Amino acid sequence: MRPFTVAGMTEAKGTVAGVTEADAAAGAGVGAGPLVQLEGVNKHFGHLHVLRDVDLAVARGEVVVVIGPSGSGKSTLCRAINRLETIDSGRIVFDGQPLPAEGRSLARLRADVGMVFQSFNLFAHRTILQNVTLGPIKVRKEKPAEARERAMSLLERVGIASQADKYPAQLSGGQQQRAAIARALAMRPKAMLFDEPTSALDPEMVGEVLDVMTALAGEGMTMIVVTHEMGFARHAANRVVFMADGQLVEQAGPEEFFANPRSDRAKDFLSKILTH
Amino acid sequence: MGDFFGVLTNGNNGRVFLDGFTNTVELFVIAALCSLTLGMLLGAMRVSPVPTLRAFGAGYVNIVRNTPLTLVFAFLIFAVPKLGLNINPFPSACVALTVYTAAFVCEVVRSGINTVPTGQGEAARALGMTFGQVLGLIVLPQAVRSMVPPLMSVLIAMLKNTTIAAGFSVLEAGAIQDYMSERGEPRFGVLLWVTIGFLILILPLVAFQRYLERKWAVAR
Ligand SMILES: Nc1ncnc2c1ncn2[C@@H]1O[C@H](COP(=O)(O)OP(=O)(O)OP(=O)(O)O)[C@@H](O)[C@H]1O
Ligand SMILES: [Mg+2]
Repeated sequence: MRPFTVAGMTEAKGTVAGVTEADAAAGAGVGAGPLVQLEGVNKHFGHLHVLRDVDLAVARGEVVVVIGPSGSGKSTLCRAINRLETIDSGRIVFDGQPLPAEGRSLARLRADVGMVFQSFNLFAHRTILQNVTLGPIKVRKEKPAEARERAMSLLERVGIASQADKYPAQLSGGQQQRAAIARALAMRPKAMLFDEPTSALDPEMVGEVLDVMTALAGEGMTMIVVTHEMGFARHAANRVVFMADGQLVEQAGPEEFFANPRSDRAKDFLSKILTH
Repeated sequence: MGDFFGVLTNGNNGRVFLDGFTNTVELFVIAALCSLTLGMLLGAMRVSPVPTLRAFGAGYVNIVRNTPLTLVFAFLIFAVPKLGLNINPFPSACVALTVYTAAFVCEVVRSGINTVPTGQGEAARALGMTFGQVLGLIVLPQAVRSMVPPLMSVLIAMLKNTTIAAGFSVLEAGAIQDYMSERGEPRFGVLLWVTIGFLILILPLVAFQRYLERKWAVAR
């Protein structure tokens, strides 16, 4: 059963656009300079050099799409930004502060960075509503009633308010991923990381998730998105970053990147994905 | 047959059985609560982000699990008083059972934690939860279901291990048979009654396990 219709999706898109403006405005302009900055970041898995001297700065409100062949280090890059993966050398600065090593200050930083995983990772023993309220209540110490109210409006925005009392396993992939986005947004993050959010979805559910992400981008959320969805990259990204073998090989605006890729690696990669 | 029931009814034999099993139950309940608590703590240490805690947890398990329980008892009941600490056999037995059983509980907890997909903990950390919150709110609630059967095995083993305390002058159920044979009761009959006693004690544990398994089978 696929309960989602085109009408449902447009509704989701419309409502998302309405509500976050205040959040986005509050997030913007807190400090000057890039929101996320990586300088000379290196990372090894054993002998494998997964990130090689990576430099990347992401401005407030910018949407950066990271593409590249499998195994090039895109997930590792994404995960390093909220320190789910530690780095060997270099510096990562978020909102003017170098990433803390461990403990409460790291937890505080992570609360400000939303993360959406390829496999959703909704808490399996909690309802959708509880998934969304848990962070605000336990981490942000919000009052349960307030958190619940805000969670319901977020679920409304992503179009799954009617699923609030179900458990994750009872939802379709597309619904689960939209719930996961709502869960991340409930923390009022300053930036959102997406690691291949649509790769685990059946094709007909990709659109409903991308719609939510496109709306979020339109509202000024700072986003780093690892994806193979070239359509999303074209119309929602400010910049496309191409990674290969742990290096940022080239970066440009989406039109320019897709029209005139400069490096051979990028040309090769694009010819492979575009011929399918 | 009269002999068999006589084991329980002759003189104050009933009293001896009752006292013995009461001590066994007390020993069991105290050591079970303490070893579950200590084992949980050790299990948390083994998965904590702090390397020294992880090393301590691993060291504890490896040393204690490979030491025979009688040696743990002997150490606490004979060696510790030599250090000038004067403790009674009963609390010593509680401590010995706790120290020993906690190592097994720790391993059950750790393997239970490992059954929960890593993505669950990662998502929780990504929300900004502390280590304690990740474990207490997300990982352990999903791990307990797979922990119940092996935990019950550990507890049942501990219930039977309480009889080792008999060798260290704690009058519990394991001591009944020596006591009775001094009174000339048939050894075989006494042993049977002690066994029946233990079976009766184990039944509620098995029922409790069933209850927990059924309760957690539905939620999810
Ligand atoms: N925990 C790990 N331990 C060891 N090697 C790892 C680990 N995680 C990733 N790797 C390796 O590091 C390299 C980069 O991995 P990463 O997941 O960042 O690539 P990716 O660009 O996201 O690829 P994909 O498109 O397949 O998701 C790969 O070769 C991968 O096998
Ligand atoms: Mg990846």
